[in-house]
Amino acid sequence: MKKSMGKGRVVSAVLIKDLRIEARSRVVTNQVLPFAGLIMIMFAFALDNDDVLQRVAGGLIWLATIFSLFVIVQRSFAIDTVDAALDSLRVAGIDLSAVFLGKAIALTLQLMALDVVLIASAFLLYQVQVSAVGLVLLVTCVTCATTGLGFVGTLYGGLTAGTNGRETLLPLLLLPVVAPVLIAATRATEAAFGSGGAATSEGWAWVGLLTIFAAVFGIGGSLAFGPLIDE
Amino acid sequence: MTSEKVVDFNDVVIVYDDFPAVAGATFCVDAGEIILLQGPNGAGKTTLLRACAGLLQIARGSANVLGCDLQTDRAAVRSRVGLLGHANGLFQDLTVSENMSFWSRLVGANKIDIDQAIDAMGLSGRLSETPVAKLSAGQRRRCALASLIVRRAQLWLLDEPHAGLDAQGRDELDRTLRAARDSGATVIFASHEIERAQSLATRCLLVTSGTVMPV
Repeated sequence: MKKSMGKGRVVSAVLIKDLRIEARSRVVTNQVLPFAGLIMIMFAFALDNDDVLQRVAGGLIWLATIFSLFVIVQRSFAIDTVDAALDSLRVAGIDLSAVFLGKAIALTLQLMALDVVLIASAFLLYQVQVSAVGLVLLVTCVTCATTGLGFVGTLYGGLTAGTNGRETLLPLLLLPVVAPVLIAATRATEAAFGSGGAATSEGWAWVGLLTIFAAVFGIGGSLAFGPLIDE
Repeated sequence: MTSEKVVDFNDVVIVYDDFPAVAGATFCVDAGEIILLQGPNGAGKTTLLRACAGLLQIARGSANVLGCDLQTDRAAVRSRVGLLGHANGLFQDLTVSENMSFWSRLVGANKIDIDQAIDAMGLSGRLSETPVAKLSAGQRRRCALASLIVRRAQLWLLDEPHAGLDAQGRDELDRTLRAARDSGATVIFASHEIERAQSLATRCLLVTSGTVMPV
């Protein structure tokens, strides 16, 4: 058998595969995005107060992101398990940490695209405002938070991929774990928007927490994903 | 273990959900053989094939595949075997050629290998650009076999490889397996189509209640 390819090329192969499948099936575009958008609209109806909406916009964006994360993660692993392609990946003799990274990056990119739409809808529906410095904080926050969610989502998606009742098990396991991301990303986003008189500088400490979260689950996931999939 | 023995199982027990799916299997397979595993449903054929692929933990006994101890070094076996199970291991939203490209990239195969495999399985032309989800069951099976061909595995493990194939596809599969054997590979396959399978196999093993016996 020919020599197996390097880790970097496995990462890119898995990344391209996942994005190509999304581009063709349009599940995120046609189902997840409208779902997340509806969450934002429903909250706008429910709260029906511009001041309150501006105050809680950050939290609503990240709640909608996390609810959407469950759907995207389940979709991401459904394409690998529906015809036992995950088994084929195991037998391919490749480094499964590369599969983890490829899937996590694909998930992160999809979440980033989702957040761009959610933030745009917050500007439109909740009339939030952001300064130039706040925009830098917001972009950094979205990058760090979605990267962390990408890693942790992929790890827990792999953990539940072969289990019965994974549709309900995944949110149950994942919600407590992503609570720090929800809190930190919400605080950082509020600082970026200046919600409730928050200063932009207050957000950077929360971005630091998001970075640590992403690093921990990036490293931990790379180490744990292979054995988890194997069992 | 001698260099000719590709598979060497000695009193192997594999437990699956507290049930011994393989209960003391002892058998050897030499290089270049085409082995047919026959036996009733639930006898342990699939479990044996998955164990040979390094996917299952051995609970007891000794098991060597391609010189690697399955108790301690299952990962080393995987890059050298090709497994086709009941499922095809394909991505439904990708076309045949995209699936082939993906699996080929993972094992370092080139475009010539891909084209040859697609041709060998009769999937060239329009079919190669068709999403797998829109193919018939037989065409999906051919696609899975084509992705197995490009791996150039030393040990081919196939579970009901003829299932879903038409007469022409079955003939092509038999030719492919003989060609693999001729190029130095070893083949172990399970089949319920005894007449065709026996004509393909160089040796048959009977699997019953998790044990293996020569036919």
